[in-house]
Amino acid sequence: MLALKLAYRNLMGAKLRTWLNMIVLSFAFLIIIWNKGILNGWDQQARRDTIEWEIGGGQYWHENYDPYDPFTIEESHGQISDATQNAINQGDLTPILISQASIYPEGRIQTVSLRGIDPDQKLLVLPTANLDKDIDEIPAMIGERSAKNYKLNVGDYVTVRWRDVNGTFDAKEIQIVHIFKTNVSTLDNGVVWIPINQLQEIMQMEGEATILVSSQESGSIGSIVGWVFKDHYFLLTEIREMIEMKSIGGSIMFIILMSLSMLAIFDTQVLSIFRRQKEIGTHIALGMTQRQVVALFTIEGAMHSILAAILAAVYGAPLLYLQAVNGWTMPAGTDDWGMTIAETIYPAYSFGLVAGTTLLVLITTTIVSYIPSRRISKMKPTDAIRGKIQ
Amino acid sequence: MNNSALIIVTNLVKTFPMGKREFTALKDINLKFNQGEFAGIVGPSGSGKTTLLNIIGSLDIPSKGEAVVMGQSVSGLSPKKAADLRNHHLGFIFQTYNLLQVYTVYENVELPLLLRKMSAVERKKLVLQSLEWVGLMDKIKSRPAQLSGGECQRVSIARAMVKSPEIVLADEPTANLDAKNSHNILQMMEKLNRELNTTFIFATHDEKVIKYLRRKISLDDGKVVGDEIVKNK
Ligand SMILES: Nc1ncnc2c1ncn2[C@@H]1O[C@H](COP(=O)(O)OP(=O)(O)O)[C@@H](O)[C@H]1O
Ligand SMILES: [Mg+2]
Repeated sequence: MLALKLAYRNLMGAKLRTWLNMIVLSFAFLIIIWNKGILNGWDQQARRDTIEWEIGGGQYWHENYDPYDPFTIEESHGQISDATQNAINQGDLTPILISQASIYPEGRIQTVSLRGIDPDQKLLVLPTANLDKDIDEIPAMIGERSAKNYKLNVGDYVTVRWRDVNGTFDAKEIQIVHIFKTNVSTLDNGVVWIPINQLQEIMQMEGEATILVSSQESGSIGSIVGWVFKDHYFLLTEIREMIEMKSIGGSIMFIILMSLSMLAIFDTQVLSIFRRQKEIGTHIALGMTQRQVVALFTIEGAMHSILAAILAAVYGAPLLYLQAVNGWTMPAGTDDWGMTIAETIYPAYSFGLVAGTTLLVLITTTIVSYIPSRRISKMKPTDAIRGKIQ
Repeated sequence: MNNSALIIVTNLVKTFPMGKREFTALKDINLKFNQGEFAGIVGPSGSGKTTLLNIIGSLDIPSKGEAVVMGQSVSGLSPKKAADLRNHHLGFIFQTYNLLQVYTVYENVELPLLLRKMSAVERKKLVLQSLEWVGLMDKIKSRPAQLSGGECQRVSIARAMVKSPEIVLADEPTANLDAKNSHNILQMMEKLNRELNTTFIFATHDEKVIKYLRRKISLDDGKVVGDEIVKNK
């Protein structure tokens, strides 16, 4: 208690330097909390969107399905068994059939992933109900990014050409009946959605599917022969890795700012121990042990971080709060990077994040303050009193 | 008389390393100080006054011989014991005052008491009492930079006296003061000595101080060359 009181008096007596150190340190505080908050918010939002739009409670993949190998797509589909069909009817699963095709918007050839999905499905928020149209052509919907790339609008017709299960080329007109907006770019970029029964028909793959999406409530419903269940951990790998990558950038920023403030505090300590020899000697003469003086100076240095935390809270809390409420708007075009990212990210700050950061900064500052302070215990009190040590 | 000695210095030798050789600053010193003395160690600059005072103050240790203060040999004290000895029984007054610049007068005087277990109420009582002794009640909230040299030295007297120590060690307390202020603080210390029976030991070569001493110990080149009781006091 005494040490805290004395340290506080000394620190506030040093004014300018103390403020400079505290300001740099408070920046470091805010940067890390802000950066982590944004990434947390992004991570949560990306997971939520991906789950709601794409993966539900997990997916059963046909055993040959490999999303990274377009050449195997022709072999990676299988018959839906009666038991599986039951689960589909109960709303625990919804099938998706995936095949390769080409479309010819404005006469240019584009390879797309043609995906069939049940217009009546309720498992995913993908607005498939829009495909429930009784028209001559095949009703199709695409995402905004694809619409922009292919310059397609609602009502446009476009030729689609595919190779059926026997390897024969065939072509047909589809009509764009809906353009949807999603944060999950894998559902959008290069993907054309049509009703599954029509895809099964033109591919001559009656009753077949490539993946079976399970509902969030049911999750895995046990093993299905010929299909492999992929859980959230697996399906969200990309998001996880992306967030980890982004965290490194934030950490580097944090480390740089921390190093700067630690250097400043270290320097302040070295200087004050040199300049305040007389004071050190006086404390000893008044009845402190040298260890107590070391502790006093260490606490004084470490107190920078406490004051910095308070300072950061004073000017940072309103900023962070505003951003948590209003969100952080991503620069235009960010959603074309192929990442699951919303236009506006709402940062998520947790108590653990704030407490953890504070603790980390406190411990680091204490160590950095202690190292130069150790010198005090090696001083001769008689020399210190006279300020004679060089 | 010997039984009541607060300080007993026997065969004390102090050497300092000087390059490869040794420099002997104190040579076989034998002295006793009793309670209530107003004594001075007098001698030219470099004669070893400060060195002797530092050893008595447990800020340094003898190279040979012994200094027993309040019944404890300073050579054998742990850092904690030595700190306790200084905090409870010894007051220091320095030539350069050694006040803490960022503290107010009140806080400077309070500091030694903060190192003890003492209630805030009691602390306040003692701090105000000693500031009263030195006549600085109107400067409680000032900082050292706002005070004159004489006032600073009065603060440091208050800081030394606040814990009612048995012994006050004053190293050239008047060296930075003019004649008027020197007499002022000497009278103050003499008064405290008489009223509280506190032992004062000065290190000085200032004639103004010497005039006040009741015992004059002469030091020259690290040796005691005279120890006289000044009669007419
Ligand atoms: N820490 C030290 N190292 C080396 N020599 C010292 C040290 N302290 C004092 N001395 C020497 O011891 C002698 C006595 O010093 P000091 O006690 O300060 O004298 P005084 O206070 O009488 O002027 C001087 O010659 C001084 O140079
Ligand atoms: Mg001296």
